[in-house]
Formats: sequence, C-alpha cells, structure tokens
Amino acid sequence: MPPVLEVKDLSAFIGPFHVLQGVSLEVHAGETAVVLGRNGAGKTTTLRTIMGLIPVAGGRIALEGASLAGLPSHRIARLGVGYVPEDRGIFDLLTVEENLQLGMMRRDRAAIGRRDHVLDLFPDLRIAYRRLASTLSGGQRQMLAIARAFLNDSRVVLIDEPSKGLAPIVVDRVRDAILEIKEHRTIVLVEQNFALASAVGDRYFILNQGMTVDHGPMAGLLKDRELLAKHLGMAARP
Amino acid sequence: MSIFLTLFINGLAEAALLFLLAAGLTIILGMMGVLNFAHGTLFLWGGYVHVWLFALTGDFLLSLAGATAAGFLLGLCFERLFIRGFYGRPTAQILITLGLMIVFTELARLLWGPDAIVAVRPAALSGTLTFQGAIISRYRLFLILVGAAFAALLHLLMQKSRIGMVIRAGVQSAEMVQALGINIRSYFSFVFAAGAAMAALGGALYAPMVGGVWSGMGIANQILAFIVVVIGGLGSFGGSAAGSVLLGLGGAAIAWFFPPGVVVGHVLLMAAVLSFRPAGLFGLAVRR
Repeated sequence: MPPVLEVKDLSAFIGPFHVLQGVSLEVHAGETAVVLGRNGAGKTTTLRTIMGLIPVAGGRIALEGASLAGLPSHRIARLGVGYVPEDRGIFDLLTVEENLQLGMMRRDRAAIGRRDHVLDLFPDLRIAYRRLASTLSGGQRQMLAIARAFLNDSRVVLIDEPSKGLAPIVVDRVRDAILEIKEHRTIVLVEQNFALASAVGDRYFILNQGMTVDHGPMAGLLKDRELLAKHLGMAARP
Repeated sequence: MSIFLTLFINGLAEAALLFLLAAGLTIILGMMGVLNFAHGTLFLWGGYVHVWLFALTGDFLLSLAGATAAGFLLGLCFERLFIRGFYGRPTAQILITLGLMIVFTELARLLWGPDAIVAVRPAALSGTLTFQGAIISRYRLFLILVGAAFAALLHLLMQKSRIGMVIRAGVQSAEMVQALGINIRSYFSFVFAAGAAMAALGGALYAPMVGGVWSGMGIANQILAFIVVVIGGLGSFGGSAAGSVLLGLGGAAIAWFFPPGVVVGHVLLMAAVLSFRPAGLFGLAVRR
C-alpha cells in the first residue's frame, strides 16, 4: 500500500542556510511516525517545509501520490494536512470557540460531530469554551492546538514538539490525547521527549544535520541503545 | 467651564477623524505587515474627490459616498498592482508606498491645481449651537456622531463576523491562519481597500472642517495617524480609538492654551505612553 505522506530527499534553505539536505520519510495510513534528532537537526524545518511555510528547494513531498511542493500552505491544509506548530499557534485574543471555528474548514454535520468529540476528549476546553485563549494554561493551549488540528478530516496531522515547556503530569495528558487520536488519524510527530515519542510512535526517523540517517520500526529503536546514544545523546546502558 | 466643553467637543471631533485614518493603518500594519506611507495620500484624495463632487452635485452625502468609493478603488489598485508582490519584504514596501505617496500627491496637484480649494459645509451642518454657555459647532458634532457610528460598526464587524474573526487572528499570526486552510491573501485586498476607504472618508470629512483642501493635508494627518497607531498599539481597533481620543483631546487643549506646542505636545504624549506601555495601550505580541 502506498504511503499517505512521502517525503523524498527534501532540501530547503532558511535564509542562506541549507538546513534540509536530504530528508526522507514516509508514513502509512493509521501510523504514527516519530521524527527524532538533536536540536538543530532540521525536525521543525521539515514539518514547516511539508506545510508549505518554507519553500522546497529540492526533493519530493507527496500526499497520497499528489505533489505538495510549491503549493501555498492554505492549499496544503485543504488537501488534508493538519498542523500543530511548536508554539501551538493559538490566537490569544480569540476565544476557545473562535480558535476552534477557525480550524473548521467545513461546518457540516461531520465537522460539528468531530468538534463535539474533541470537546468530550478535552473537557477543559468545554469549560473554557467562551473564554479568551490567553487565559488558558500551557497544557490547555496544547490541548486546544491538538483539538483544532483534528476538527477536519485530515489525511495526516503534523505535530511539532507537543511536550515542549509542559510539566511532566501535563505531558502524560498530552500523550493520552495523542494515543486516543492516533486511533483515527495518521500522524507525523516531532518530539524530543523520548518517553512520549516511544509511547505513541510506530516508526521512527532520525535526522542529523538536515538528513535522514536512520529509520525503522519503533520497537527496533527501543532495543538499539547504541543508536540512541549516537543520535539522541541517550546513555548507552546495557 | 464653557471653554472646556467647547475644547472637549473639538477634541472629540478631531479624534473621530483621526480614528477613521488610523484604524485602517493599524490593521494593514498589524495583519499584513505593511507600513503604508501612502495612507495619508488616500486621505488627501478623499478630500479632493469630495470637494469636487460636492461642487458638481451639491449633494453632501453623495459626495462623501463618492469619496469613500474612490478611496476603496484606489486602495484596491494599490494592493493589487503595487503591494501584492512584496509581502514579507518591508524595505521594498516602504519604498513602494513612499513612491505611491509622492506620485499620487503630485497627481492630485496636477488634477486640482497647487492652490488650496475652499471646502464648504452643507447648510444643515453649518453654524453653531450654544449649550451651557459653550459654543459648539454643528459640523463637529456631526463628525463625532460619524466617528462613533463607525467605531460601533467596526466593533460589531470585528467581533461578530467571520471576516472579523479572520482579521483578528491574522493580526496575531497570518502564517497560522494560512496553515488552517484559510487563504489570508484573499482578505488582504479587502482589508487594504476598506482601510483606504476609511482614510478617504476621513479626508472628505476633514476638508469642510478646516474649510479647504490642499496637497499637504495628507502627510500632515498621516503623521498624526502614525502617532495614534503607536499610542494605541499595533493591530488594535480599540487602541486606535483610545489613541485617537487621547491625541484629539490633548491636541485641542494644547492648541487652546499653548498653540506653538501642538506638535511637540503630540510627540511628548506618545513618549509618555510608550514609557509606561512600550507596546502601546492595547499592543499585541505579533507573530508573523
């Protein structure tokens, strides 16, 4: 079966810097692919390039076989790519309700059903529904960002470092939320927190200096301490 | 006591005009990142078109509507023809809008001549009335009503409509709005043109207040509008309204008690606000 999202030899610049020099990854329907790597490896840039926020300099990005390279980000979103950025992308001066409304590309019965479902999944958002998003805690903001990305019938959702800046107990809630949602969606997750990444990931892709240097099933990575030590800086204990 | 009431009314009338000019400027800057130096030129064109149409038709409201429509069309042309290709390139935008300001100011001089043209008020809005011993201009009262009506309308539009919601979100992060599947560029033309229309209406209303229209009135008022935007905070309608009232009332008081200090007073007011609130009264943390 062809992958839902395929990235092949992706190359991209930020200003004069050649940040991505050959990123390849693919994720199949129902899978969660985790992108790992040290700071500056190009993980966030990879997601932003897939999303059309950074121009593609070379290589291929395909969603169910159709090329996304060169399309503006709103077209990519409409073709079925959801996005939760590293900074959450919450509109502070809009209410929780308005943030969700902006995320709904259609307002049909299915979309309303999905909205009700995410509100059931994140009861804090239901309580704060009419409040300004600026009043939410860090964890609630992350919940809102994830909920908003799942309002549409997206083919794949890109999530960038959902645990960043959150207390461990809140990270557990984020993990539970992603585990619940991965039942219904294909996900590409960038994550530095290896415990979270390994709990939700089916496949891994390790980036180093803007290139994919290794990939495989998550279960294999968990056993390969040498690889973890080499690319992720984790202690190579026996 | 009566002089304070007169100054209050005069200050609010100036504030109404400043709000019409600054509201568009702040949203264009906040949402699109465009520092529009041609905004005052649209104010200028609004004044000229109004005076010209009023002389032709004798219909005050029709000429106000015509000036507003002219501003909308000019704004649409500016955005589509000159600015659209330069989003995200602030230096190029500044040069282009400065160029538009120079060209369209000179074009106005070419069309209507270098000398000031008298602008008259309609009979119904001429003259004064007396209240508690204070002499109040009917036309200034009219300006206050128009300014308040526009502020209320804009508030409703921004808070209750889908387009208002997208604009408010776009001011905070145009990139994220795009990533949610909304083509924010399609909103840019409308926002730019609507801002231009409000500036033109401001110019059309300003000309009868000061009794004439001349080619320098755009730049003079644009500087005040920039001060309002800085005082009010980038991208905030509420901030523009508050900044306009502050500058309008402050300016009217200084103009009465120490006329040579008006310009210095405006700048000092801005410095005072910024020293307490560097992002302005209602400033946002803007992500691009």
